[in-house]
Amino acid sequence: MEEFLSLTLGGVVNGSVYAAFALALVLIWRSTRIVNFAQGSMAAATTFIAVAVIDSGQSYWVGLIVALLAGLVMGALIERVIIRPVEGGPELNAVIVTLGLFIAIQGAVALFAGVNQRAFVPPFSNIGYEVREGFTLLSLSPNTIWTVAAVVVTMLLLIALFRFTRLGLAMRASAFGQEVARLLGVRVGRMLTLGWALAAAVGALAGLLIAGDVSFISPTFMDQLIVFGFVAAVLGGLDSPIGAVVGGLLLGLALNYVRGYLDDSLLGMASLVILVIVLLVRPGGLFSTTPARRA
Amino acid sequence: MSDLQTPAGAPGAASDDAPSTATAAANASSAGAGGRSFLPKSTLLRHLLVLALCAVLAVLLLEGTERSTNDQISRIAFYAIAAGGLTLLTGLNGQISLGHGALMAVGAYTTALMLDVDGDPLPLAVIFLVAVAVTAVVGAIVGVAAARLHGPYLAGATLALAVGVPGLTLYFSDTLGGEQGINVRAPRAPDWFVEGIEALSGERGQGTKWLAYIAVACLLISYFLLANLMRSRIGRTWRAVRDQEVAAELAGISLGSWRVLAFVVSAAAAGLAGGVLAIVVRLTAPGSFLPVLSLSLLTAIVIGGLGSLFGALLGSVLLVLLPEWARDFGLEVLDMESAQASQAAFVIYGLLLVATMLFAPAGLVGTVRLALLRRRAARAMSRAGGG
Repeated sequence: MEEFLSLTLGGVVNGSVYAAFALALVLIWRSTRIVNFAQGSMAAATTFIAVAVIDSGQSYWVGLIVALLAGLVMGALIERVIIRPVEGGPELNAVIVTLGLFIAIQGAVALFAGVNQRAFVPPFSNIGYEVREGFTLLSLSPNTIWTVAAVVVTMLLLIALFRFTRLGLAMRASAFGQEVARLLGVRVGRMLTLGWALAAAVGALAGLLIAGDVSFISPTFMDQLIVFGFVAAVLGGLDSPIGAVVGGLLLGLALNYVRGYLDDSLLGMASLVILVIVLLVRPGGLFSTTPARRA
Repeated sequence: MSDLQTPAGAPGAASDDAPSTATAAANASSAGAGGRSFLPKSTLLRHLLVLALCAVLAVLLLEGTERSTNDQISRIAFYAIAAGGLTLLTGLNGQISLGHGALMAVGAYTTALMLDVDGDPLPLAVIFLVAVAVTAVVGAIVGVAAARLHGPYLAGATLALAVGVPGLTLYFSDTLGGEQGINVRAPRAPDWFVEGIEALSGERGQGTKWLAYIAVACLLISYFLLANLMRSRIGRTWRAVRDQEVAAELAGISLGSWRVLAFVVSAAAAGLAGGVLAIVVRLTAPGSFLPVLSLSLLTAIVIGGLGSLFGALLGSVLLVLLPEWARDFGLEVLDMESAQASQAAFVIYGLLLVATMLFAPAGLVGTVRLALLRRRAARAMSRAGGG
């Protein structure tokens, strides 16, 4: 029972990071109909930038802000320069372009930072609270609380942006119908760039959070997370931000039970199985009401 | 079932399809198009002739180069076999796969396990056939799921495969060797081969040389089979499934089963590639089958030209040579560590992949072929105008 409780809590913590990552994918998918497979590499790159900042004597929080800004800039640049020409083209071309970025950015990170793993010190202690005499809840530590809180705050900010601001309305309009939005005077191109920038910043946050969670980083440490984020996004329907959050939490729970009761090495396979089952049974995601999109 | 796999962007589908069709058309073998070909008309005869020519060239190449080059050629061979299968799947059938590295792992581990027995292992040909069969079965399972997916969904699912399979080798570490992997006992060259090489070039036909001959033979045989398949009724059906789903279905083609078949054939090639990898590298370990292997294969076929076997071969040459150049450059010019310097190759792959998609989506082979066709057309026009 205690193990189950611990695993469940840990699942929620991991799930919130997956949710943030899935959210980044969904933001991009909604506006440009592209799954950004480079998201993981981009997040790894911003994490290494943050580490470089921290290494130079700054605090974690300066590193975090630099990483988020780097994510914003990187996302905007990539959309503007590389993605724009393939938007609306054959879907295979867009997939291949993001995969090219995946390899290139990962290679660049390894080129500058080396291929080996290195330690990453989280901002708060990773030692679990002692709930009662002799029972330490490993998955409830100051750092996991920070992780969940950071994700929740990010989500509230995003909801506020999309619900209550004109900018958010314009972004939603460009995602909903580019032609109509353009006719109504929305600068759709800018909104798409902004969408990518925001998504990359959310991805950057997820990268730093997961780095603090596992306490090590390497150029490839986000490889698994891009898959988990994608599975979570597909669980939620790839189109809905709320779906991405719920999908992330569900996947976090499922994978943590696999980790606890079976083995760490089966996580990738487990996510594949979940993905295939979802796509075969409910291709529109868990919350789909309409039949699968034809367009 | 088919309504689940409509490509995105169905409104204006015709214009959406145009670039990919152009790519495919550019890479379709032009031998059937008439022209001034001096090769025989029959596809089989023509391919046999090319096969024989390539075999002679390969022997000259292997005998005319040094040991280290022989080793490079063997590595090019296994990349090229897998890339050939992938180009059939992605180029001809329009299904992307980021999981071919994982399928290579299946073939490699099967080979390694069958060679790792007490006493004499089975003949290598039998082992390779088993590896191909096992991988084809895995490919069929993946293919059944894949046939219902498209574009980014398929890419994500196969990427999950690429991430998941190395984990399996850790989970079953008792049989599969865990992180350390399995050391492969490379097969010994038979006497007739050693004597033959001795007579041919006076060199020793052991070790690396024998493995290089096996690798090249596997490459030639698999490309011969793939080339025939691509130009047969089956290949045409795959193209129809790729380009015009609705029309193909109306013509009585079952989209799903043809997609699965493409996946099975492609997986079989990856299995053979894995088998060759196992004996050439003499080690199968999860570190060799990371997702980046699958992405490298994709890079090879896109840069070479989607749907073209020759393009897949060119891309594979790049996959082997580029990291070595990058490492030499990094070591000598930039004074870096070798593992770090070879990463520059991945930066170049990625940028090449992006650049190819943006500026020349038909890849090397397709772009050159298009340019030639255009020049020929221009010349014909001017001749017609002048005369």
